[in-house]
Amino acid sequence: MNWLALVFIGVIAFALSGPAGMLGSRSGNGWQWVSAGIAVGGGVCGLVAACAVLFGYPAETLSFAAAAPAMTVNLRIGPLSAFFLIPIFTIGSLSSVYGLGYWQQSRHPRTGRKLRLWYGVLIAGMAMLTLCQNSIDFLVAWEMMAISTFFLIVTEDQKPAARQAAWVYLVATHLGTLLLLALFAILRVISGSFLLRPLPPGQVGIGLQTVIFLLATVGFGLKAGIVPLHFWLPEAHANAPSHVSATLSGVALKMGIFGILRVLTLLPARPPAWGILLLSLGAASAFLGVLWAMAQHDLKRLLAYHSVENIGIILMGLGLALLGEAEHQPVWIILGMAGCLLHVWNHGLFKSLLFLSAGSVIHGAGTRDINCLGGLAKSMKITAAFFLLGSLAICGLPPLNGFVSELFIYLGLFHTMAKLPILSLTAAVLAMVGALAAACFTKAYGVVFLGTARRVSHRAHESGPTLWIPMGILAAACVLIGVAPGLVLTPLQHVTAAWSGQTLPALGSLVPAGMISILGAGLIAAIGLGVALQRYALRRSRIDSTWACGYIAPSSRMQYTASSLAQMLLTALGPLLRPRRDKLQISGLFAGPSQLHTQVSDPVLKDAVEPVWRRLRFMLAGGQGFQKGSIQNYIFYMLLILLALLAFTLPLTMLWKLLF
Amino acid sequence: MIMILNAILVLVILINLFALGTSRMKALIHAAALQGVLLGLLPPLVVKDVGTLPLLMAAVTIVLKGILIPNMLLKALRDAQVKREVEPLIGFMPSILLGAAATAMALALAGQLAPAHSPLGLLVIPTSISMLFTGFLLLTTRVKAVTQVIGFLLLENGIFVFGLLLLSAIPYLVELGVLLDLFVGIFVISIIIHHINRAFASQDTRRLSSLKG
Repeated sequence: MNWLALVFIGVIAFALSGPAGMLGSRSGNGWQWVSAGIAVGGGVCGLVAACAVLFGYPAETLSFAAAAPAMTVNLRIGPLSAFFLIPIFTIGSLSSVYGLGYWQQSRHPRTGRKLRLWYGVLIAGMAMLTLCQNSIDFLVAWEMMAISTFFLIVTEDQKPAARQAAWVYLVATHLGTLLLLALFAILRVISGSFLLRPLPPGQVGIGLQTVIFLLATVGFGLKAGIVPLHFWLPEAHANAPSHVSATLSGVALKMGIFGILRVLTLLPARPPAWGILLLSLGAASAFLGVLWAMAQHDLKRLLAYHSVENIGIILMGLGLALLGEAEHQPVWIILGMAGCLLHVWNHGLFKSLLFLSAGSVIHGAGTRDINCLGGLAKSMKITAAFFLLGSLAICGLPPLNGFVSELFIYLGLFHTMAKLPILSLTAAVLAMVGALAAACFTKAYGVVFLGTARRVSHRAHESGPTLWIPMGILAAACVLIGVAPGLVLTPLQHVTAAWSGQTLPALGSLVPAGMISILGAGLIAAIGLGVALQRYALRRSRIDSTWACGYIAPSSRMQYTASSLAQMLLTALGPLLRPRRDKLQISGLFAGPSQLHTQVSDPVLKDAVEPVWRRLRFMLAGGQGFQKGSIQNYIFYMLLILLALLAFTLPLTMLWKLLF
Repeated sequence: MIMILNAILVLVILINLFALGTSRMKALIHAAALQGVLLGLLPPLVVKDVGTLPLLMAAVTIVLKGILIPNMLLKALRDAQVKREVEPLIGFMPSILLGAAATAMALALAGQLAPAHSPLGLLVIPTSISMLFTGFLLLTTRVKAVTQVIGFLLLENGIFVFGLLLLSAIPYLVELGVLLDLFVGIFVISIIIHHINRAFASQDTRRLSSLKG
């Protein structure tokens, strides 16, 4: 069986799913089912092939001549690419199904077909990215992914916020691509070929390798959303349609991590400083990400900041593994890398689940402002259950999958204590992050789903099966990995061994997988029993509105809001968050109606990126004179260049003799 | 042979200067048509043994550049009701002088370029460069859409003359393909001119910048 060809079929199916949907009319729903069917079929093909390679079939390579002269396309599917292909195809297919109900063609005649076109290109680009063995092809796939993301963010191009977010994203992604171009140019000069092959040890000095490593960290980090390079991320993920946000957050960010991992396989050197850099960047991203998330009252922005946090956790695992390679500690490598990789899967699963449930909330209630929502657990039972499950998973609580991957990283950090006690500080940061995440999701779930309905949410209705079937599959996967982590140990071991190229201790001997299963099953049984007992005990009690608490005339405005829940933390950490607060004007004994508005904008975007941007615009304003937009001007520039080239071909001494 | 070739090339240069100096668009189109016919005579003159292919190419060139393209442009002119180029960015007299200067420079410098020492004599390269500059001058200093198309046409004619040197190296198929491209390009442009005229009530290409986002 040729697994690589099967993956390729999946890629082509996704690329064709959009054009197939364009065959139908703008206002009919028929062809969107064809489009989603093609996508799901391709996703299944790709998944089967990726699983086969992940569970032990040998790596395969394929090369064929491309249209450009003297270029061949080299593809290879190995354990690492198979590992990243699984979330791409899983979430890609599930989101396509979700889009059937969430972005119905008949309701969005203008944008529906466009959305599916770029969505297919995005998934195809990401899948190709994992396979490319040649830097030119890699960049082409990277740009396919980057450009299609731009069009997806700007799907609702009538909204200024979406356009603004898309432009910021476009600048950020091209900045990253620029660095990657430099990176691959350096690699080309060193190795003499566009093929991405490991550099032989001793050929290149440690300084140049560090330059390559830093270029990769910043270039890919812009895509992954490492603090402080995350500034484009919250707005972009908040403004895209929800199933696109799920894919961007759950899968596309991980392509940045994949890029860093891929470049690390090329470099032989492992100075400890690299590991420490990634570890501290990861800790900073995790801590600041969750802190900023706490301050948000837009449901999707909140989730987007949690992506920054989780990318930080992933990076901490990677940093630990790198440090282990530098210090020759195989236990650190296997635990760090297994945590990093498993968290890539896990975050993909639960963050997509959360974004899809958030989408269901938006679909049902029509807003994503947390302060306008409330009491949705009564009208949207299924969505509420899925959101709760996703929240528990993202907080790293047993018996769900987030717990398993974070446990790997904890265990790895504990192993470092004997040698580098200072590193246990990062374990403390990780614990702090977990606690803050739990606080943040208490706020998100509590304000959105509990209590009584606020302004808009009393009209909310539950979504249809095309929305909750994908959510259900994601939720089941979260539970499965959480209860039976033994299932994923083999692939993790396989990928880590392939990535590091060393013989490593067995993951099963380091991680109490059986214990986690028993504990998880016990917990689920206990929770089930508790719920049943509570139901039984309360079977005759009267159900009244929440927070009624004996008031005579309770109002929905008397509940905690998202802002009030987070207020204590916001005031305590004011300097880090810099909340903006409009002055409350109250005058007179019987004050009239008044308003208070607080907002926490992204500090990196507001205080660093925007001032630099304005300064740059000011400095480059002189250049705008050259861009007049008239054809005559541009032709004149061409003429000038032609003249210059002509002068270049003539020997200058001849010219001199001719003229004088 | 060389004598006839040189005579035609001199005529072609004179037509260039005329094109730079005239403000009447009809005259400009007629000049371009005449130049196209003259160019069509060239391929059979420069090859050693005149077979079917050079003759075919001559015929296609004359039909396209001498008849079809000028007729399309004249029709576009009639539709648009424009007769004169009224406000060139550089006046007509300075344009002629610039064109003459460019031709003189081309004649002086072309001897230094490698392909100049061909058996076809010394005039081919300078003529081609001079035509390129004429085309560029028209493109950069005139604002009406039809004049721009003619500038483009003269530019392409310059490339055609340069291609004569390489007739043995470039397959005829390529040359014919280029001609076809030119025809299709101008066909499309003449349709666009019609639309520009309808949308802006003017043929001034500077107004197109208002289409910018």
